[in-house]
Amino acid sequence: MIDFGNKIATRESYGNALAELGEKYPDFVVLDADLAGATKTNVFQKKFPDRHIDCGIAEANMTGIGAGIATTGKTAFISSFAMFVSGRNYEQVRNSVAYPHLNVKIGATHAGITVGEDGASHQCIEDLALMRVIPGMTVIVPSDDIEAKAAIEAAITTDGPFYLRFGRAAVPVINNNSDYKFEIGKAVTLRQGKDITIACTGVCVAQCLLVAEKLMDEGIDAEVINFHTIKPFDKEAIVKSAKKTNRVFSVEEHSIIGGLGGVVCESLADEYPTKVTRIGVKDVFGQSGDADTLLVKYELDSDGIYKQIKASL
Amino acid sequence: MRDIDLKLKAAQIRKGIIEAVYSAKSGHPGGSLSAADVYTFLYFEEMNIDPKNPQMPNRDRFVLSKGHTSPGLYSTLAHRGYFPVEDLKTFRKYGSYLQGHPCMNETPGVDMSSGSLGQGLSAATGMALAGKIGSKDYRVYALVGDGELQEGQIWEASMFAGAHKLDNLVVVVDNNGLQIDGKVEDVCSVYPIDEKFRAFNFNVICVDGNNFASLREAFNQAKATKGMPTAIIMKTFKGKDVSFMEDKAEWHGKAPNAEQYAIAVSELDAKISKLKEEGASV
Repeated sequence: MIDFGNKIATRESYGNALAELGEKYPDFVVLDADLAGATKTNVFQKKFPDRHIDCGIAEANMTGIGAGIATTGKTAFISSFAMFVSGRNYEQVRNSVAYPHLNVKIGATHAGITVGEDGASHQCIEDLALMRVIPGMTVIVPSDDIEAKAAIEAAITTDGPFYLRFGRAAVPVINNNSDYKFEIGKAVTLRQGKDITIACTGVCVAQCLLVAEKLMDEGIDAEVINFHTIKPFDKEAIVKSAKKTNRVFSVEEHSIIGGLGGVVCESLADEYPTKVTRIGVKDVFGQSGDADTLLVKYELDSDGIYKQIKASL
Repeated sequence: MRDIDLKLKAAQIRKGIIEAVYSAKSGHPGGSLSAADVYTFLYFEEMNIDPKNPQMPNRDRFVLSKGHTSPGLYSTLAHRGYFPVEDLKTFRKYGSYLQGHPCMNETPGVDMSSGSLGQGLSAATGMALAGKIGSKDYRVYALVGDGELQEGQIWEASMFAGAHKLDNLVVVVDNNGLQIDGKVEDVCSVYPIDEKFRAFNFNVICVDGNNFASLREAFNQAKATKGMPTAIIMKTFKGKDVSFMEDKAEWHGKAPNAEQYAIAVSELDAKISKLKEEGASV
């Protein structure tokens, strides 16, 4: 199921999908803030130079420009690192985009600690929490290339603001099967199990599938659910699984506060209180290092996740 | 339109501002009154709009970046026929479509939600850019406060508009010289305003913002200017035409009491009667 021979960073998927969808959907434009090479929107730019606008290093203004364009009936993708396109421009997103419910789609690349060497200033681990509390915002964290492309097309065809979270590091393709269907707000159960539930998102999904195999060797049957949509959240899926296993783990490359762990706890508290262990970045800033080393340090590689699950069982 | 007719409209719009703010017992009369003449000029002479079709795709756009002066915009829209003048009395009240700050999804004729200072100019710039991308010939007008120029986003947007030569964009600065905490030059001086916009590659025009002839000349010159956006820096008086509010920072954001309301209305009514006697009609 996991194709480790086929790895691609979801930021690449972003640039490629925009370029591939440009003809089918002539009414979207793509904005960037001097990072077109890094966010990969330059792939779109090469194909559609008239529909790509580099706003320079001014994310707050880029957000407003996107909003203004959206009032005229077009869809605007605004692109930068997650840190700057959810943080620097937070209030612009809240007041100029979400309050008027405009078709501005935020393409946030370089999310989480897997940014790597740039260090803590560029490793956004708070964005899901920030974006999730804004009314009407759809928040999606694709787990691989296939899901990322599907999410981008869904963002184009669905009304309202979106936050799409992409990564810098290459991740294996896991959704390459004929049954795969992307639907906003519908979690994907990748592995059925009866003993524990592992709710995961983004780059952690592939790792969790490895963890589940390892647990099975020890007789622990884990259900692995990919929550690609953080909002609107698939409450039904988490409650249904919790009713089966009565033990839930959330795993994400984000602070354990306010992201997937937050929404899992809120959903279960509402409907079916269940013990939850939140696995993620434990309310600390990141640091420089290569992505793989950092995943080990913050225990978000398969070994780290496995150890944390075993320790709390 | 004849200047005398515009003057009459402006006086009626000012009366609507007072009615709205008095009824709400809150709101921002000072900056609404200072800009009442430019609101009038834009909506009754300059802009290509249709109150019966507020979403007309090729309409000219107006963004009230200094969104707290919504009473000025609402009163203008009401008098222009977008909604009943009577509804100004619902301003800021529970259930009203006239929210404290402009909301594009609630109020007919409002082209952009605003209220958080600095943001509206970016949106206006985006609208102007979209016009260029789509080869549309509509124009975009943004009204910003002089205190609002303290927001960094204004200069991000201005740099972009200048760099992209958005000659379909006019930034109107309501230079009434006052902000909540006092004089703009004392709080954190924004001067010189004209040289700043020039440095951002704008065509800059300085005018008396409470004079229709000079406003007309400025907007005509803006329209004739190609290859760069225009900034019209209007010298105005905060609280204009209500004697006790004129040039007073304290009237930035408070409503008159019953006695003050009566004085304001009688002053504006007197002005309206006088203009009618002089031949104004609408």
